[in-house]
Amino acid sequence: MSQVKVTDGTSVRAVKPEPRHWVERYADHLYSYAFARLEHEEQARDLVQETFLAALEKVSEFQGNSSERTWLTAILKYKIIEVYRKRNSGLRTQRMEEEPEPEFFEEGNGHWKEEYSPRPMRTEGADPLTNKELAAILKKCLFKLPALWLSVFTMKHMDDAATETICKELKVTPANFWVIIHRAKLNLRACIQRSW
Amino acid sequence: MGPIKKIQYDCRHATYLIEKKQHTSLTISERMQLVIHLSGCSVCRLFQQQSRWINHMVRGLFHSAEGRENKLDDEYKRQLQDKINERLK
Repeated sequence: MSQVKVTDGTSVRAVKPEPRHWVERYADHLYSYAFARLEHEEQARDLVQETFLAALEKVSEFQGNSSERTWLTAILKYKIIEVYRKRNSGLRTQRMEEEPEPEFFEEGNGHWKEEYSPRPMRTEGADPLTNKELAAILKKCLFKLPALWLSVFTMKHMDDAATETICKELKVTPANFWVIIHRAKLNLRACIQRSW
Repeated sequence: MGPIKKIQYDCRHATYLIEKKQHTSLTISERMQLVIHLSGCSVCRLFQQQSRWINHMVRGLFHSAEGRENKLDDEYKRQLQDKINERLK
């Protein structure tokens, strides 16, 4: 990478993609990123490969206004969302019959229905980083969420993405965004309550 | 039902505001509604506590998974770089 002068006199780095170094520089990062969101080794490996190959196809589009790493991660992110969608479409018919999404509140006044009303849980000192059972429950419950909700939820909680960005990338309206965040949490919490 | 009573009963709306509040600032009206509701609803106070706990867990879990730097094996990496080089020709 070399320094170039641009017209206003400031120095910027001319970032050119260097595919010959991609694997050594980014493969482990991309794999960790994918694995953290998919919990599946083989799918994570495949997505790293797909990301590199997709990036090669559009290497000319790389603007250099983000780092190579950021650019590659963005491509990977879309591929992860695709996997959520695929996983979900495979499960949908089956799940609809098994457990329809519960209605947590009374229709008229919005009060908690007795059977869904939150009860105390062992939250004090409960940490999935040290407690494997809790970690497994949390993951199981997350991956039960519908694909779009899971995409919204992970982008918000794992990537700290701005709400506007998520809405744009996933094509949801801001109003719908908050509805999704709300429904996702209600379902996630209820699922954890059932198992923990 | 008067407006205050409605707010006091409406746990659906209160939990919605609890979620929204964790990501953005509420309007003054929303903040007032939430304060009124939570002052009388121990179940939603519990929900709020558990909801924060879940956010905290999700964050911790995923960031630690990323931080672990799960490594791809060298053989797979070599094949991957070969495929890339192949297409660069």
